[in-house]
Amino acid sequence: MNRLRWLLHDSWVEAERHLRIIPRNVELLIFASIQPIMFLAIFVYVFGGSIVIPGFDNYDQFLMPGIFAQTLVFGSAFTGIGLADDLQKGLVDRLRSLPMSRSAVIVGRTISDLVRNLFTFVVMIVVALAIGFRFTGGAVDAIAATALLVLFSYALSWVQAVIGLSVSSVEAANSAGFIWMFPLTFVSSAFVDPSNMPGWLRPVADANPFTLVTNSARALYNGNPVGTDAWWALAWSIGIIVVFSTMAARRFSRSTAG
Amino acid sequence: MDGIVKTFGDTRALDGVDLAVPRGAVYGLLGPNGAGKTTSVRVLTTLLRPDAGTARIDGIDVAADPHAVRQRIGLTGQYAAVEERLTARENLGFVGRLFHLPRARVAARADELLERFDLADAADRVVKGFSGGMRRRLDIAMSLIAEPSVLFLDEPTTGLDPRSRLGMWDVIEELAADGTTVLLTTQYLEEADRLAEQIVVIDHGRVIAEGSPDELKQRIGGARLSVRIARPENQERAMSTLTPLCAGEVVSDDARTGFSAPIIAGDGVVPGVIRALDDAGVDVLDVEVRRPSLDDVFLVLTGRTTDAEEDAS
Repeated sequence: MNRLRWLLHDSWVEAERHLRIIPRNVELLIFASIQPIMFLAIFVYVFGGSIVIPGFDNYDQFLMPGIFAQTLVFGSAFTGIGLADDLQKGLVDRLRSLPMSRSAVIVGRTISDLVRNLFTFVVMIVVALAIGFRFTGGAVDAIAATALLVLFSYALSWVQAVIGLSVSSVEAANSAGFIWMFPLTFVSSAFVDPSNMPGWLRPVADANPFTLVTNSARALYNGNPVGTDAWWALAWSIGIIVVFSTMAARRFSRSTAG
Repeated sequence: MDGIVKTFGDTRALDGVDLAVPRGAVYGLLGPNGAGKTTSVRVLTTLLRPDAGTARIDGIDVAADPHAVRQRIGLTGQYAAVEERLTARENLGFVGRLFHLPRARVAARADELLERFDLADAADRVVKGFSGGMRRRLDIAMSLIAEPSVLFLDEPTTGLDPRSRLGMWDVIEELAADGTTVLLTTQYLEEADRLAEQIVVIDHGRVIAEGSPDELKQRIGGARLSVRIARPENQERAMSTLTPLCAGEVVSDDARTGFSAPIIAGDGVVPGVIRALDDAGVDVLDVEVRRPSLDDVFLVLTGRTTDAEEDAS
């Protein structure tokens, strides 16, 4: 068997280990879906009336792509928490002593987290449509927008993997995994127009890859011109995957349960 | 293992360890916390690369061809490394498939192991509800799924209650009877004594003694006699009565009611001692012959007890 086939086979076995668990933990699934729905409702009904975005008649059409993006990004934290848990329980030691592909442990984990994230995403889209959100850009653009968001979230899974393999406990993985996602998602164009931010913060928000991803998805969902943002968003996601998968693989071969 | 050295920062965790386990043997790697037992296992199971020296499993160098080594070993670490949200059968299944065994083979082997490790009734239950002993048994079963030529058991009974520990001992004895090559580490001398045919004592990253449990015990000589009497004023009379019966100096404790001395172990010592003391008019409370334990061996070899080391680390 060649290396690639091993990687695919082993990654699938690992992904299956996590995927089997998902339907058994209905509680987790319900709460994981309630949180984004709650965010959606809070922003639409609490802030919606007070926020006016130039170029958008309706704040919902501006906001929802931002919430979609944020939810997917937050979902990436599962990867780091899960790996830290495997590490702490000694499962990583066991896996490292098996004649399996090394990368498969993390690839399998990121893939199963992707599936879980997609589920949450679908639930959210349904709720968004019920509240009044519309894909005005057509089906192809909506699919492209979704693919961009999912890819970016998948890329951040690899960042979380590095974090999960670097910290010493699940609790640390939990806080280290979430803390940077607040500035990442709020200092961006997800909820407001960055041009109203203080002068020093604006360039940060503009350069934030999350802004690029959100802007691209928003433009595609709403049928507006995308410009080069989508290509930059794509480049960021691929760059993050390349850099962090290398780091994660290196961390993995050194990690121990001690 | 040949001259294995592994350092972490300033500490030499392994300082030139040599170790050879013949096929089919059960070896015990015995030492206090921090002696280098786990590090040795981690080097042999490809989890750590040694800084110097070579280690081979079935003649295959662990550093040169870790993948081939991983196909021949089973590892049960200090933590029961099981996926607690899956069932016992699913746990065996996922490990079997990561060994790239055919599905049918994995299923058959899983049934066999579940039966053998007394987990058949719990096979389709989620591991979360398992007791510590059940988890460890499943853990060992997972290590055996691909019929490894060497099984590593790193402190297999640490953290188990006494009953589960006895159950685990039975399991390991059965493995030994089946001819599985086992290297087990333990800090319980009793455990090495019972399970291992050959014991390697390590301390501060070096092998300090090696031999069968009996050979190690012989190193510190024969048995000791302990006697306790009721009245301290009989101290001298007791000592003079005991001296001709013993093989060496009779030592008295501070309370002047307890005595101990080396004896040539044999039948009839205890009744002889009681009769002599009784004839001398000494009121005996208790007579005991204690054969040396591995704790005594450890004390002689290292100059300290295992407990003292544990407290210090």
